[in-house]
Amino acid sequence: MRFTWRWLGDHFAPDTNTDTAAVIAALPMLGFEVEEVIDHATSLAPFTIVRITEVKPHPNASRLQLCTLDTGKQAIEVVCGAPNAKPGLVSVFAPVGAYVPGIDLTLKEAKIRGVVSRGMLCSAFELGISSDKAGIISLPDTAPIGKAYAQYAGLDDVVIDIAITPNRGDCLGVRGIARDLAAAGLGTLKPLKAKPTPKSPTGKSAIQWRVDVPKDKPHLCPYITGRSFSGLKNGQSPDWMQHRLLAVGQRPISALVDITNYIMLDVGRPLHAYDADKIKGDTLTVRLAKAGESMTALNEKTYTLDQDMLVIADGDGADDLAGIMGGARTAISDTTTSMFLEVAIFDPVSVATTGRKLGLLSDARYRFERGLDSTSPDWGLEYATGLVLEICGGTASTITQAGTGTPPIPATTYRPASCQQLTAVDIPATRQKAILTDLGFKVAGDTNKQSWQVTPPPWRNDITDKLTGGKLSNKNGSKNDIAGEADLVEEIMRINGYDAIPQHSLPVMKAAPAFTPSQKQATILRRCLAARGMHESVHFTFIDPATAKRYGNATKHNDKNNGSDSGLDIANPISQDLAIMRPSLLPGMLTATSRNQARGQNDVALFEIGPIFTDHTAKGQANRVVGLRVGMTAPREWTKTSRPIDWLDSKADAMAALASLGINTHSLKSATANPPPSYYHPNQCGVISHRKNKIPLAYFGSLHPAYLAQADIKGSAASFEIMLDALPPTQTRKHAPLSLSPFQSVVRDFAFIVDADLPAETLLEVVRQVAQLVTEVRLFDVYADMQTGKASNAGKTKKSLALSVTLQPTAATLTDAEIDQTTTTIIAAVAKQCGGVLRAS
Amino acid sequence: MPATKTASHKLDPDALRRGILADIAAASDATQLESIRVACLGKKGSISVAMKSLATLAPATRQDLGKTLNNLKTTITEALADKRATLEAAALTTKLTTEAVDVSLPPRPNPLGTIHPLSQTFEEAIAIFADMGFAVAEGPDIETDYYNFTALNIPPWHPSRQEHDTFYLTATDAKEGERKVLRTHTSPVQIRVMETTAPPIRIIAPGRTYRADHDATHSPMFHQCEGLAIGTDITMAHLKGCLIDFCRQFFGVRDLPVRFRPSYFPFTEPSAEVDIGCNRKGGGLSIGSQNNNNEADDWLEILGCGMVHPQVLTYCGIDPVKYQGFAFGVGLERIAMLKYGIADLRPFFDSDLRWLRHYGFTPFAPHLDFGF
Repeated sequence: MRFTWRWLGDHFAPDTNTDTAAVIAALPMLGFEVEEVIDHATSLAPFTIVRITEVKPHPNASRLQLCTLDTGKQAIEVVCGAPNAKPGLVSVFAPVGAYVPGIDLTLKEAKIRGVVSRGMLCSAFELGISSDKAGIISLPDTAPIGKAYAQYAGLDDVVIDIAITPNRGDCLGVRGIARDLAAAGLGTLKPLKAKPTPKSPTGKSAIQWRVDVPKDKPHLCPYITGRSFSGLKNGQSPDWMQHRLLAVGQRPISALVDITNYIMLDVGRPLHAYDADKIKGDTLTVRLAKAGESMTALNEKTYTLDQDMLVIADGDGADDLAGIMGGARTAISDTTTSMFLEVAIFDPVSVATTGRKLGLLSDARYRFERGLDSTSPDWGLEYATGLVLEICGGTASTITQAGTGTPPIPATTYRPASCQQLTAVDIPATRQKAILTDLGFKVAGDTNKQSWQVTPPPWRNDITDKLTGGKLSNKNGSKNDIAGEADLVEEIMRINGYDAIPQHSLPVMKAAPAFTPSQKQATILRRCLAARGMHESVHFTFIDPATAKRYGNATKHNDKNNGSDSGLDIANPISQDLAIMRPSLLPGMLTATSRNQARGQNDVALFEIGPIFTDHTAKGQANRVVGLRVGMTAPREWTKTSRPIDWLDSKADAMAALASLGINTHSLKSATANPPPSYYHPNQCGVISHRKNKIPLAYFGSLHPAYLAQADIKGSAASFEIMLDALPPTQTRKHAPLSLSPFQSVVRDFAFIVDADLPAETLLEVVRQVAQLVTEVRLFDVYADMQTGKASNAGKTKKSLALSVTLQPTAATLTDAEIDQTTTTIIAAVAKQCGGVLRAS
Repeated sequence: MPATKTASHKLDPDALRRGILADIAAASDATQLESIRVACLGKKGSISVAMKSLATLAPATRQDLGKTLNNLKTTITEALADKRATLEAAALTTKLTTEAVDVSLPPRPNPLGTIHPLSQTFEEAIAIFADMGFAVAEGPDIETDYYNFTALNIPPWHPSRQEHDTFYLTATDAKEGERKVLRTHTSPVQIRVMETTAPPIRIIAPGRTYRADHDATHSPMFHQCEGLAIGTDITMAHLKGCLIDFCRQFFGVRDLPVRFRPSYFPFTEPSAEVDIGCNRKGGGLSIGSQNNNNEADDWLEILGCGMVHPQVLTYCGIDPVKYQGFAFGVGLERIAMLKYGIADLRPFFDSDLRWLRHYGFTPFAPHLDFGF
């Protein structure tokens, strides 16, 4: 909401010590965030009024002219490209050194196509006061040469732009802001300049209102009023009005249109003006649209309406979307001489719903859906009538009105003690009552009473609605008797000042663990993976549909034939690349890798902890930890340790991550994933699961070359993913008492020949389980026969696995016989459970 | 050869000692030293032979000479050991000299990775709120219209909805018949917690949030942290105390100016926005006051908050006559950018390794660096 300091002065008489700065400082503390302050007196100071005395063609450019100016002090020559520059024209001049706000440029003496220009003639756009770039400003011949333009044009004003929260529809007019400033003690609210209608109304309105809404929905249009005007002369609105409109960013159109816009901005009262000669018949009807009815609005777009949309219709059908936008057919034009003016109250919900369905935003809708002062049709019509007759002449008819009337505003019970109860600020009852009264509330009850009856003013629909459980509040909940108290407390605190609220420490509460188990685990995993050289990344959770399909979220969107409807498509994506919820973290990381490689960072190690989505329910969201390594383990360097990333790197990451959570890695089993997720190398992918309950906890492996090619990745790549939600909760492990054996351990090496497809882990686990004595089994050599493939019909190919086995006695030093016996047991167990034989040395 | 005389009846132990010690002193390596040892202490060594010859002497002489020879043997043994140690030390020194390296060579690479600034910020915030008794709660990213809006006092026609730029899914909720949404704020978690938890409640809910807006200062996905405290006597003064403590601890500025301004959220009443003091002199932005009075030079909005609206409590089955409390929501990217001087929002989600290395944190960064 933009307004100017002078405009505010129409409604607000500041106290002697209240200046612009004081108001700008007070506004945020009343709930109005100040977004911008533009002091035109300062920004427009260098611009003066000049007359063009002579115009010559530019010697080197056909579109430019050389203008000699009379600045009141001297003659100056400037180069000008404006088509309307001609001798005698009075315009606005910026000398060398002036900052021209519209084009963000400080003028220097410059040669333009070989001719020196000592300043410039300006358009309204260049001054930053309008969007008009058509030519330089053209002023009346009587404008004082040499004087400051801003003072002459009344632009030496301060424009203040404030944010109005959705509850304060009453402050979408300058008067509402004045009212709050007055209540805050900065000055007084002036009475509305209700200009008396200069000529008494003549005759009945040529157009009459009729409200024809369903009997059970009188609230759609409880009250509507209006009157006809004739003998009008439309044209340009007066300068003062144009300047105000321009200052707040509105384009002047014609006197009649400008008046309606001005009143909307001035007192927050939207109006609609019809060209009365274009209305078919003598009645305007407020009714619901007929199915399939359509109309072309003032924005020249045609809308097809439904039976829930409120319209105003004449004999030819609907030509006004009630409270949103008028129709093109009956619109005011520059030649309009007869006008019908509409001043109405419409149901905010109906206006909001219709506007939302049609995707149509307007200044009127913005105000109607926030709720209007229920008394405004009467005073709004008189205020508008006064301005129309003053500016456009003509005569006004008597008033026509319809509707069952706006409902009375209910009173609510307010306990002055509730203020302290909610805010810990003790504000005396007298002060509370005074604040409410200043804001327009009616307070019934003595200040020494426990409770009062408070009636909100007609412009505070936000509060009335909460009391009635009405328009803007919810229908789902039960009516809440104390809901209104909190609203009144806020009003009192707002004016009294939030600075008065003390600071209290929260009472001590029985401590709950701060983290959920899975968040605790995420925190540990994050640190573990970063310690292993990986960089944490965060990516958008929506991706492009084609990729989503490759990674498992096939929907109707990306696969019309086969997609199941997971409902994960975004109905209104901002881009097709961000149009469906991701089924995996990997695509985002691969895309990021590709971007990094394009920047010359070929080796990438990233991880992300975040959600994936398999359907739209809460259960369809799961947390994953994915790590991705691409390229070499390290950049090329002199110790030559660097090597290409392979699947073992991802297994190491996954195992380290699980170990960091205190999971005993011996309780985990890795096996060939069957089938592996499609994006892994089909024969280099493992799944890690719990040995006991078989729940898969993680996948690891090389990535599928086709997926890498699709993502434009260079180099080898391996990845792991941990199913965070499947992990057993990390507990503070209670350790069994540790007894460290004083007896010497013995290490024996074995090499077993086993079938090539025997998982090494099976052998290791068999040996680990042979006897209590076996405390450690390490695989130190693998010799696989590469001569024949596994699928060979010639019989199973063998491989050799060499183990180093540590035997740790606890009761006495091992004897040779005991060692031999354990060795025999190991060999026998391997033979029986793995089909392995000891390799002849 | 060592100048050791063979044993004779005219044995001169003193001369023998001098001779051997001279030989030892002259030895230049372990081999020579060993030869000397054999020549005097070996089976046929000069001292050994002399000691064997003692048996032939008269008892009186034998006793004297025996004692002398024993002393000689000890002296020589010690001298040999000393010399050996000296030679070994010298040999080691020589060996170590050959092992000199260029210590300026870079080591085998084993770099640390980094933690994303958002995670760091989120963990720091949790650390502060955990001290005040808050526990972390979570909710889904895909929400129903009810939890994201209606239960928060934002019915479908409410003007506040226009400010939310909501992403809708194609899915509809089976129960409500409304389209599912990507949550536009973390406030739905308040509702989910209050529906299932009896007061007193004290939770924070960090998470991803979504709005259909993409430019230099808006990302379609961003992060918020919600807070909620419900009890029988939780007042706006507690809200103020809690958030002022948070701001000061998080930004590490003990006297950080903080102000509460009236604002509006449909689900809180009274509502406030919180500004912290900052300084924009010279085009930069620094948090805190730079004048002597510790007054804010300028203000910067960082979060929204208020007393939970009685109607919202009612929806969740909490008696608003008995219980009251506060809620707040803070943008994590925003406070991360302010605290760590990150100028641009977009790189948060771009994973440029150069950016991650620069703005990321080591895995050993503390959750909270108390700057005061």
